[in-house]
Amino acid sequence: MSLDSKNAPARPAPGHERTSVLASLLKLRELPVILALVLLVAVTAALNPLFLSEQGIKDLLLNATILMILAVGQTLVIITRNIDLSVGSILGLVAFGTGSLFAAAPDVPIVVVFVLGMLLGAALGAFNGLLITIAKVPALVITLGTLYIYRGINNAWAGGTQYFAGDRPQAFGDLSVDTFLGFPLITLIAVGVVAIVAVYMLGTRQGRDLYAIGSDPDAARLFGIPVTRRVLLAFVVNGLLAGLAGVLYASRFNSVGATTGAGLELDVVAAAVVGGVAIFGGSGTVLGAAIGALLLTTITSALTALRVDKFWQQAIVGVLILAAVVIDRIASVRSARKLRIAEARNV
Amino acid sequence: MRFIHSGSTRRRMAVAALATSAALVLSACGGDTGSDSGGEGGSGSEGEQTITFIPKQLNNPYTDVVLGGGEDGASEAGFASSEVVGPLDASASSQVSFINAETQRGTNVIVIAANDPDAVGPALEEARTAGAKIVAFDSDTNPDYRDLFVSQVDAKEVALIQLELISEQIGGAGEIAILSATANATNQNEWIKFMEEELASNPDYAEIELVAKVYGDDDDTKSFQEAQGLLQAYPDLKGIISPTTVGIAATARYLSTSEYKGEVALTGLGLPNEMRPFVKDGTVTEFALWDPAQLGYVAAFAGKALADGDITGEAGDTFEAGELGEREIGDGGIVLVGPPTQFNADNIDDYDF
Repeated sequence: MSLDSKNAPARPAPGHERTSVLASLLKLRELPVILALVLLVAVTAALNPLFLSEQGIKDLLLNATILMILAVGQTLVIITRNIDLSVGSILGLVAFGTGSLFAAAPDVPIVVVFVLGMLLGAALGAFNGLLITIAKVPALVITLGTLYIYRGINNAWAGGTQYFAGDRPQAFGDLSVDTFLGFPLITLIAVGVVAIVAVYMLGTRQGRDLYAIGSDPDAARLFGIPVTRRVLLAFVVNGLLAGLAGVLYASRFNSVGATTGAGLELDVVAAAVVGGVAIFGGSGTVLGAAIGALLLTTITSALTALRVDKFWQQAIVGVLILAAVVIDRIASVRSARKLRIAEARNV
Repeated sequence: MRFIHSGSTRRRMAVAALATSAALVLSACGGDTGSDSGGEGGSGSEGEQTITFIPKQLNNPYTDVVLGGGEDGASEAGFASSEVVGPLDASASSQVSFINAETQRGTNVIVIAANDPDAVGPALEEARTAGAKIVAFDSDTNPDYRDLFVSQVDAKEVALIQLELISEQIGGAGEIAILSATANATNQNEWIKFMEEELASNPDYAEIELVAKVYGDDDDTKSFQEAQGLLQAYPDLKGIISPTTVGIAATARYLSTSEYKGEVALTGLGLPNEMRPFVKDGTVTEFALWDPAQLGYVAAFAGKALADGDITGEAGDTFEAGELGEREIGDGGIVLVGPPTQFNADNIDDYDF
């Protein structure tokens, strides 16, 4: 109650509220991707009931988990008008590191493994961030370079060595098998990550700064936002999350080796774009990106469950990306026009 | 002036960063460049011959075992130096530049596992013109482009043993599916073809129906999801054959963590070290594989015999393959290594590869 009375004066017209909730729901950037997801699941489940069996749902969630975490991190970076193409390689290094760690010290506590994996990821992310903010070279080029550097290190380190699920403690592998209220444990970790980062982005000054930087870096600098520090932070957090994803990868999949996670970066960027994150920064939400990740992995599962030829799957993902970009463009043109009209009236 | 100056520093730093990354990438790719002594001249005299192995891709655990045998064979057969070069990805054309480099260096014997039977053709032709002998192993090239093909085992035998195993495990009736590597892998497709023919013609398999063939591209994640999709798309599926080590391990991992464990049979070609936990926990009853080290070993001796001019690759020629004894070249220039071994809970601990 007290909350309401505090907020009320800030709103221009209290009576206007109900329609504006509906309107803002319709304007929600995540809406198209949510609709697409619901439609996809409904159609697939109608044609193949097994798709929504207990095991089916579990698989869907598990498949999306790792991509979801990566997409959240990537969104932070993209919002600041940057990009990180090295996440697949970071994931690979951390996943192989996790395998090596368990092989060397089978009794190491699982929490320690998570912390070390995330620290390694954060360090690799910080390296990206430092190169970009200090050298002032576009992130696309720097992270393309580190994509190969990190992969190269992984190749040199791993050689032909692979570590298998059998080399890791049962409890660690069970993280991606056991469920709590029907949700696999590692999916709950991902949901937690999405929630924390979403609150940070919407509810804190620092989070809003990232949007400001992406909208107009020069204006943000003039406004007094510590651009370098914020961008660096975005890269560190992205690396940390890629590290977390790497540890979870080792928990879920059978083998980790030199090629683990190769090519994943494009899926991650695709998930963010499909989820309504504008590639030139300044807009989009981590929730949208997470749902985008869920949509992409669900498409793969749905098409296999419907026995659609696998070779079509990539084409369909491509169409979705284009659709997302077109919807985004239409939305921004419309809102720009509305803003112009509103400004004209005010004058 | 200040602006220009700062701009150029920036650029210099960027160049430095890129150069560092390039250097690292290059050093990672060329991890196996050993000595290249004695590479000149097409058919050098004894003791100066060189052999190079070009696997489908580097850093693949199966390939490592094959190449280990190859290097042992090369030194026993008397090659002056043996090397392994190859791509990090198993795409169709990725091996061509490596073949060209070997041609330029005048390597005497090139042993290759082709990612695509035709894509490597022109490059191999050129190598042969320059005097190199070509031995294909593991996955054949088009026969026009090589002198010999060293086959793990008879392709038909490999196909049939997997059918026998799955038939045994599902009680001789029901739906099965195949989870293969890439859609254009020569060896995979040959086995699948034999399996299909046998299923159609052998009355013992009349009640077994092959409902799907899917491709996991020898990628752990992809194979994992393909296995998942199979079980969803075919609720009555009784068994899966995965004739690739990556595919069978990924499928086993999925089965062992899902409600299908013990319900759906899985067999195929796997590495004992990789499959051990799944055999022990009951996900997999029995699978097969030849000893991969022997493959490389025989290929090295075949290369030596070709380079020395002892054999030409005609059917009926014979050569000594070190401790494995004499091998005869069969029709189509194919040398067989040996019968596949079957692994189950009783014997899997006896093998370490």
